[in-house]
Amino acid sequence: MDFKSPEFRVKVGLAEMLKGGVIMDVTDASQAKIAEDAGAAAVMALERVPADIRAEGGVARMAAIDKIEGIMRTVSVPVMAKCRIGHPAEALVLQALGVDFIDESEVLTPADEENHVWKHDFKVPFVCGCRNLGEALRRIGEGAAMMRTKGEAGSGNIVEAVRHLRAVRSEIRRLGTLDPTELVPAAKELQAPLELVEYIAREGKLPVPNFAAGGVATPADAALCMMLGAESVFVGSGIFKSEDPSRRAKAIVHAVTHWQDPAALLEASRGLEGAMRGLDVGKLTPEEMLSRRGW
Amino acid sequence: MERSPIVGLLALQGDFDAHRKALAERGVESVEIRVPSDLDGVAGLVLPGGESTTMLKLMEGTGLDSRLGDLIRGGLPVLATCAGVILVAREVRHPAQRSLRLLDIVVERNAYGRQIDSAVVDLEVADGDDLGSTTLEGVFIRAPRVTEVGEGVHVLARRGGDPVLLRQGRFLAATFHPELSPGSPVIDLFLRSIRNGSANRGERT
Repeated sequence: MDFKSPEFRVKVGLAEMLKGGVIMDVTDASQAKIAEDAGAAAVMALERVPADIRAEGGVARMAAIDKIEGIMRTVSVPVMAKCRIGHPAEALVLQALGVDFIDESEVLTPADEENHVWKHDFKVPFVCGCRNLGEALRRIGEGAAMMRTKGEAGSGNIVEAVRHLRAVRSEIRRLGTLDPTELVPAAKELQAPLELVEYIAREGKLPVPNFAAGGVATPADAALCMMLGAESVFVGSGIFKSEDPSRRAKAIVHAVTHWQDPAALLEASRGLEGAMRGLDVGKLTPEEMLSRRGW
Repeated sequence: MERSPIVGLLALQGDFDAHRKALAERGVESVEIRVPSDLDGVAGLVLPGGESTTMLKLMEGTGLDSRLGDLIRGGLPVLATCAGVILVAREVRHPAQRSLRLLDIVVERNAYGRQIDSAVVDLEVADGDDLGSTTLEGVFIRAPRVTEVGEGVHVLARRGGDPVLLRQGRFLAATFHPELSPGSPVIDLFLRSIRNGSANRGERT
């Protein structure tokens, strides 16, 4: 993999610009405006927020083009949009539309249960979800320019995000303790390209930024993700399924910037109304877990 | 031995960590700036890339904007890149946006298009003596375009005629990302302006 090619540097470059910021799920232009006014570093266009997809069922697809265009016209921050896992045709449509980032997302209904999109072929950068280091490296091998730990989207419960952030972090640390010979079986075990396993062992970090997603409902949840090594946070249902979207969005933005400052976190947490109710993910069946989509 | 200068990185949001690395590779320490008191004792300041709207919101009510303004007007060496340039321009268009009005230029946001139009470009060096190099790479990511340049602002490099690297006294501004180009002479020029007390022409070590 050529991480130094101009094409890849420009893709990862935009991911670098989004660090320390909050990327907010929005379903229409008015939500996008609220997100931008609250300080979102980018917005993610999708047809329904994950909590609604979970509640309503049905096939979740790429958002309607008119909605995405309306969002692109309304805000000046980068606009991301989701395509289904393994659906390069949706991705081509989003690229032709000119979105700034494509999320090949487990929140939508997968189109291909074996293969993900070959992302090197695209000029627009991709972000993909992961539950562990092996999954992250497979996606980077396919050309993803940003990773996000999956968490459990639409659950309002941070437990899966914590699990996935910790898994990635501890697996990275472990590779750093191995010698070159041992990296070969490690690559076999991780089901990841050896070249990328060697990169991790050498550098001690992913070759692309790693953000967190799935279950962030409060400023403290966002700060927790940052404490566990996330470089930025995606918030989906947590904002527009709460009782005070604008105020909560602002509070989460402040929490991500000032995550190391307890007094600022207290200020960000003060005066918020009800957070989204949330789910006990332990009671979900494997089929109900969105994070199990993709591999 | 003289203590190495410490550079402040505005760290509200954006690629401040890429700047930290670029400075660390040159043996220069940096400190992240989120509240006004973080600025105490810094010898230079980086305003990084990222989202200018986000940074403006995060400055509201903190007093950071006025403290930054005082220091920069007082001659603190500054390197602003991309969104950092938008923060300090005299005027911002497309869309119009509030700014700190510290650098005498007018900028248009996202003027080269969306991410699909982002690119790595060889730039035309307009003043190689000042820059200390006759070649320069520019990594442009959803970059702003400088549409007007005030009298006291010197153009060091251009892209297809547009000014992309500018200097106003000890204030360096790049609409691209030198922090993402290994060994960029722009970072070296910034460090010379800190060490020499001014961005004098053609000084080399």
